[in-house]
Amino acid sequence: MLRIRCPHCGLRDESEFRYRGDANAKRPLADATAEAFVDYVYSRDNLCGWHSEWWQHVGGCRQVLKLMRHTRTHAIAAVGLPGENLTAPVEEPSP
Amino acid sequence: MSGSRHPQGGTIDRTKRLRFRFDGIAYQGFQGDTLASALLANGVMLLGRSFKYHRPRGVVTAGAEEPCALVTLLKGASREANVPATMVELHEGLVAESQNRWPSLRFDLMAVNTLLAPLFAAGFYYKTFMWPKGFWEKLYEPLIRRAAGLGRAGVEADPDTYDTMHGHCDVLVIGSGVAGLSAARVAAQAGLRVMLLEQDRDLGGGSLLDPALTLWRQEMLSALADFPQVQLLPRTSAVGVYDSGVVAAVERISDHRAEALPFTPRQRLHVIRPRRIILATGTVERLIALPGNDRPGVMLATAARAYVNRYAVLPGQCAVFFVTNDEAYAAIRDLKAAGIAIAAVVDPRPPTVISAEAMANGIPVLFEHELCGIAGRQAVKGVSVRPVGTIRLQSFPCDLVCLSGGYTSQTQLATQGAMAVTWNESIAGFAVSADTATMLAAGAVAGIFGRLEAAQHGHDAGIKACQALGSTPKSEAHPPPVSARRDAPMLPLWEVKAPGKAFVDLQHDVTTEDIRLAHREGYGAVEHVKRYTTHGMGTDQGKIGGLVGSAVLAEARGEPLAGIGVSKPRPFVTPVSWGALAGMDVGAEFKPERRLPLHDWHQAQGAVFVRLGLWLRPLVYSSTGDTSWEPVLEEARAVRASVGITDVSSLGKIDVQGRDAAVFLDRLYANTFSTLPVGRARYGLMLREDGLAFDDGTTARLGEAHFIVTTTTANAAAVLEHLEFHQQVTWRELDVQISNIAEQWAQFALAGPRAREVLSRVVTGLDLANAAFPFMAAGKASIAGVQGRIFRISFSGELAYEIAVPARHARQVWEAILAAGQAFSIRPYGLDALNLLRIEKGHVAGSELNGQTSAGDLGLGKMLKKNGDFIGRALSQREAMHDPARLGLVGLHPLDSSQRLRNGAHLVSPEEPRNSQGFLTAVCRSSEGPQDWIGLALVQGGTRRIGETLTATSPLHGETVAVAIVSPHRLDPENSRVKT
Repeated sequence: MLRIRCPHCGLRDESEFRYRGDANAKRPLADATAEAFVDYVYSRDNLCGWHSEWWQHVGGCRQVLKLMRHTRTHAIAAVGLPGENLTAPVEEPSP
Repeated sequence: MSGSRHPQGGTIDRTKRLRFRFDGIAYQGFQGDTLASALLANGVMLLGRSFKYHRPRGVVTAGAEEPCALVTLLKGASREANVPATMVELHEGLVAESQNRWPSLRFDLMAVNTLLAPLFAAGFYYKTFMWPKGFWEKLYEPLIRRAAGLGRAGVEADPDTYDTMHGHCDVLVIGSGVAGLSAARVAAQAGLRVMLLEQDRDLGGGSLLDPALTLWRQEMLSALADFPQVQLLPRTSAVGVYDSGVVAAVERISDHRAEALPFTPRQRLHVIRPRRIILATGTVERLIALPGNDRPGVMLATAARAYVNRYAVLPGQCAVFFVTNDEAYAAIRDLKAAGIAIAAVVDPRPPTVISAEAMANGIPVLFEHELCGIAGRQAVKGVSVRPVGTIRLQSFPCDLVCLSGGYTSQTQLATQGAMAVTWNESIAGFAVSADTATMLAAGAVAGIFGRLEAAQHGHDAGIKACQALGSTPKSEAHPPPVSARRDAPMLPLWEVKAPGKAFVDLQHDVTTEDIRLAHREGYGAVEHVKRYTTHGMGTDQGKIGGLVGSAVLAEARGEPLAGIGVSKPRPFVTPVSWGALAGMDVGAEFKPERRLPLHDWHQAQGAVFVRLGLWLRPLVYSSTGDTSWEPVLEEARAVRASVGITDVSSLGKIDVQGRDAAVFLDRLYANTFSTLPVGRARYGLMLREDGLAFDDGTTARLGEAHFIVTTTTANAAAVLEHLEFHQQVTWRELDVQISNIAEQWAQFALAGPRAREVLSRVVTGLDLANAAFPFMAAGKASIAGVQGRIFRISFSGELAYEIAVPARHARQVWEAILAAGQAFSIRPYGLDALNLLRIEKGHVAGSELNGQTSAGDLGLGKMLKKNGDFIGRALSQREAMHDPARLGLVGLHPLDSSQRLRNGAHLVSPEEPRNSQGFLTAVCRSSEGPQDWIGLALVQGGTRRIGETLTATSPLHGETVAVAIVSPHRLDPENSRVKT
């Protein structure tokens, strides 16, 4: 079970959150091609490493959070609000 | 009879005799016994039959690592299978039976499987039973199921209660041996909150075996018990370490009692969120693979020591030891002191200081010898011994064989916590080699052997944990009164090669030859070997033989064991009952239940409730509980003929406000809301970004910057999250606020030609005349004295209003409307009638909004706005979304009106009865008109098929019915009723 440090509510269990996918997927603008929308809806990187992703605190403040999570170790390097830019740590997480 | 009770010693209470039964025979034991120790004391050596070969098996260990002595416990109606007798605390009246034997334990016909052994070799599932085709299901599988396996599960509901407890602490110590106790004491002295878990009944771990440590242990435990912030949890097995360092542990609360305490669960699952974990899980002794190492009477040396020292049980009269290390000589000393004759100690090493001392004390040690055979079937009768590397045999009669192949650090939890576990040459095993930021290893699990050394290591780990948590530890140490370890190196001896079956996994009957066969057949990786041979897949997870199997594999591969490793130990480390996982979430508490504000009223009026998601909604009102169509049709006909009222409070309701609220809704909905005038409502359709329909509902505009969105009951949570996500992430620049008001507002639909007349009698402050408040009008009003909202919308096809009032006033308003409607014979109607009315009208609901339908499929294609962006716009324009062969919404009815329809029936043509062209999504009996049964369906081509005849086939019911395809909008297609 992940434990996520919500900036509003503190350290909370994963079961209070809803995963909402890759935070790098940006909705194309209205004049974008159908291909761009296909890419936005269906194409995802399947990376092993630091991943920026959305988690909504549905069982708490209902804020959508941006997490920097490592897909192999599940380490969480940073939690921010949607407007923030989170940078991936240079180092691999210590296990 | 081999085992017996020593007149003195042990920690059993000889004043409390306990009666118990095993396989129908009555025995006696003492308070403090385990089932295993009590059976051994009664001379019972044969406890079960093995998985594949039905070989007789006895007690091998004294703890949770037991592979063989598995029994079924019978308590009232419940049976609990595959419980290690070594973990069952004896209580008065305990009833247990042996497993996997027929007709009886002593005379087991299935033991012929031993003769069929070639059939059961590694990978037998994949090889033996491949042909002839069809024999698997009919012959082989039933045969295997009868012949192989363990205990039989009960079929009655579990009568016991279970609980879940969430724990928080600064330092969680797992294991209460010298390392764990030392670590816990340091953390406790520093004022930290400490939880100490121990799977055994008694705290103390390995120190329980050593009478010299009794006083020290008692002092440590009483000191720990005096700290108010320390929680000691014996009988509690840590079963898994999860992400973020969350630990699951199962506490056995009532298992050892004849009767459960009142209001007390049988077991409790602890979900613990510690800030630091100190792992002090110690070691488990390992077996040595040699022919006959599974015979009843073969036991690990530490186990024999535990039976003598803890339970005052002599597991035999005359013992032979086969040991590769000095530690085992403590067991030899204690058994001898208890009066067991030591026929021989076989040690493959040259003399060491400790073994030479033993020799000097009169113990016959055969240096540089090995055990190469064990005689006896249902009990050990003797052994064969030879000098290492020769074939000169020597025999010793004995009734007990004690093996010690070294000690394996219990690193399962460490691995789950991503600690580094590496090969440690000095202990010939894998041990934790580095701590992590949150997990520290202490004592033997980290390869630190010796009581004094492990205690020091635990003390140091406690100090590290304190410092990491910003606490100042006191450096005062409490070393146990023992001298430093002076053991000579152990000899990594894994296998003695001699004719006969040498087991590495006693529970699953995996032999050294099986491991080599797997390797020869290409399954050379340790994880492949596990799956091909089932090595380590038993309930004991190969704790005493796992590494031995890896060593045999390493030799076969010609590689060092360090690089082979052991198979990955996943949770659970020890078996967990389903009940403990379920906790209180069973039966009515399996899911939470949501009740409508008027639940009590509905119940009093004879509502039959149905679960819709978490909601309980009235299906139909019938004081006799009649759920046939008759009361449903009566309710629906009341609506069509006069007036009815239904509770739709479970709909999702979302208040959307802000300067950009209209723009926001335009982007969320496929149709337009910015053009909606204040005081009007509009039906809205939401798409998913992939272009398929998501949800529908009515949205009303109460002000320039104020909208009330309603969603379907089923999608209420999903739509709210959808709105919030796009508000917070996609269009953060918009000025819009979203509030969930679903539970604050009750909502009723008042429907029927007399609805206006009824409503007029209770409403003030709003002119309900058709011209003043037309179809799709929305406004605020006082209803029976309560400030609320009225929306003139209709799901039934009749003149209808939805009335929303604050939930706390629901009953007052509902009853006032009912009173006003009495003159018009108003009837409350339930979900079945509501559904019937919408099917007649052709409105879509959850069974059509099934996640596979597009707006066009549902006949709503024209709603999609031409200008402006919205969620789902781009991908709803994909070619495949407009394929004429897509399934589209139609209505249908049987050609022969005496026939009925079935929900879910498939539509086929008589020429191609196996080729589905679509399916029925909703069926009902009709409240009016010529047809009895009508339905909605999704069929290839949709409304272009109107006028055709197809066959609705329901193989489940054995029914095929010729149906006519018609418009889904069969009732009042001009939509005049809603506007009158």
